[in-house]
Amino acid sequence: MSIQTPEAPTTLPPAAPLDTANRSRRSVFVRRPFFTIALIVAVAYLVAAIFAPQVAPFDPVQQDFNVMMQPPTAAHLFGTDSYGQDILSRVIYGARFALIIGIFAVLIGAAGGLVIGLAAGLSGGGSEWALMRLIDAILALPSLILAVAFIAILGQGVDKVVIAVGLSMIGPFARTVRGDVLQVRVQLFIEAAQLMSIPYLRVVWRHVLPNVIFPLAVQVTIRISEAILVSSSLSFLGIGVTPPTPDWGLMIAEGRDFVSFAPWMSAMPGFALALLLIALTIVGDGIREEFDPKLRKDP
Amino acid sequence: MTLPPQAPNAPPVQPIFELIEVEQVFEVPKPGRPLFSRDTVGLRALDGVRLSIRKGTSLAIVGESGSGKSTLLRVLLGLDKPSGGRALYRGKPIGEARAQGTDFARDVAMVYQDARGSLDPRMTIGAILAEPLRHFNIVPPEGEAQRIAHLLDRVGLPVDAAERFPSGLSGGQVRRVAIARALASEPSVLVADEAVSGLDVSTQAQLLTLLQSLQRDMGLTLAFITHDLGVASYLCEEIAIMYLGRIVETGPTDAVLNAPAHPYSAALRAAAPQFFEPLSEPLPGEIPSPLDLPKGCRFSTRCPVAQSDCQSKDPQLGKLGSGRAVACIHPITQA
Repeated sequence: MSIQTPEAPTTLPPAAPLDTANRSRRSVFVRRPFFTIALIVAVAYLVAAIFAPQVAPFDPVQQDFNVMMQPPTAAHLFGTDSYGQDILSRVIYGARFALIIGIFAVLIGAAGGLVIGLAAGLSGGGSEWALMRLIDAILALPSLILAVAFIAILGQGVDKVVIAVGLSMIGPFARTVRGDVLQVRVQLFIEAAQLMSIPYLRVVWRHVLPNVIFPLAVQVTIRISEAILVSSSLSFLGIGVTPPTPDWGLMIAEGRDFVSFAPWMSAMPGFALALLLIALTIVGDGIREEFDPKLRKDP
Repeated sequence: MTLPPQAPNAPPVQPIFELIEVEQVFEVPKPGRPLFSRDTVGLRALDGVRLSIRKGTSLAIVGESGSGKSTLLRVLLGLDKPSGGRALYRGKPIGEARAQGTDFARDVAMVYQDARGSLDPRMTIGAILAEPLRHFNIVPPEGEAQRIAHLLDRVGLPVDAAERFPSGLSGGQVRRVAIARALASEPSVLVADEAVSGLDVSTQAQLLTLLQSLQRDMGLTLAFITHDLGVASYLCEEIAIMYLGRIVETGPTDAVLNAPAHPYSAALRAAAPQFFEPLSEPLPGEIPSPLDLPKGCRFSTRCPVAQSDCQSKDPQLGKLGSGRAVACIHPITQA
């Protein structure tokens, strides 16, 4: 059994495609300076959130009436609020809540969306119709309104906010997953696997799921910022987390009454929120452009 | 005709595939139907196909696009159930054979025309080849890597290709991978759909050599769908020429191509470009729509030697000499 075509090469010709793939992976930080900066910013937020007790100069809920509503000084870089709490420390601790809420809410949304989207995309017929109308119903309401409705049912608190925001994001995730499933399931390699009489569920597990998970993972990075924004909006409306939790939305709301003479109270957490959202969006876009096979030039 | 080596007094072997008057009618929207109307009309993609594929033979199925080659292939693989007639695999209806466990799937392997599309882009070549090995329990897990290396070697790819992804391979290499995957299940029948079309000539030649040696050494039965008569004559002992959903001529490739009996085969043969020869007159007109088959013989509208009875009588595939069959009322006889 040693038949070889005479022309068969003993090794593949210089691995050109693999090489370029490696090179582009290495130089992505050079090719995308904004992506690099945004990634550094996002990682900085993450580090600050994880090591908040070490990084923050003060206790975020320690009130000091001697330094109430001070503008930024050397001791209080971001100033203090109406209770004399150090805003910098509160912003740093706030990153904790923002990231926890953003990541876990998106994971809930992605998991729910994956299940519903897979079921809808694979089932077809009446059950697909029913599932898609359910998703349409969820999508008909903006995620903020939906989150408000869930909060009204669940009550306040960080865990409730995570669940509410997560549930409200199932709709968009389910729709993108279904779209990907519809694309993948008509591909030839699915038919080829079925031709080998591989059971349907195994085909779904081995061939459909991996081809759907990667685009979904990209979606997750993009939508974290949306989840953070929704959760901050909930806090701003006063129905998210409860005071004195150092949450950015809550801080902006608290500073609202003093904005004419103590603008830093709202501005500092607002600036922190905006910077994180911009950074996450740029990172998400960069990852999508880098790893989406549809946007990637074939090597 | 060159038969595969056989025991001298073996009983007549049962054909691997036997198609008896197979019909495949698709209901399609009637052309020009008014809005909201639900009128459909039957499209006869296959119309009375008779074909038997014996063990160890290599058969080329040749025809224009739209002649029903791919539909025939789907029936052979059991992906579609024919709407009429019987399609048998070793004497059993193909649908039943496929439903009964993995034996059929293991025995009949397929090489797709779009080889790249038939390989999961998120799996390495090694994982792609391991899939049938595991699914059919071909080798114990510890022998898997060795078998993958062996398969890659068999199709003339280096062992380090196992770590690559399909997107990192060239068109010819991807087809080799597709062939390797088909061979992984140790099939006895290999069905290939235009497996060498769209490649440059030298790559085509390599693949054809490979397929031929595989067929010879492993005793594979090969069903090769192509539109290229040159490929058919190089690779296949037998040929079946299709026109509008029916096989119009079958027989040993050499005999059919050297002395075609059906006018359509003769026209196909003449249309193949020759070195240093001007192109011959093409057939007049277009292939008729399968929605509106011509009366009588389906080729009569374009046949250069049609006679009056051709428009009234529909010829069936009938015997013509040694191992040949033709569906023509007035077959061309060699003077």
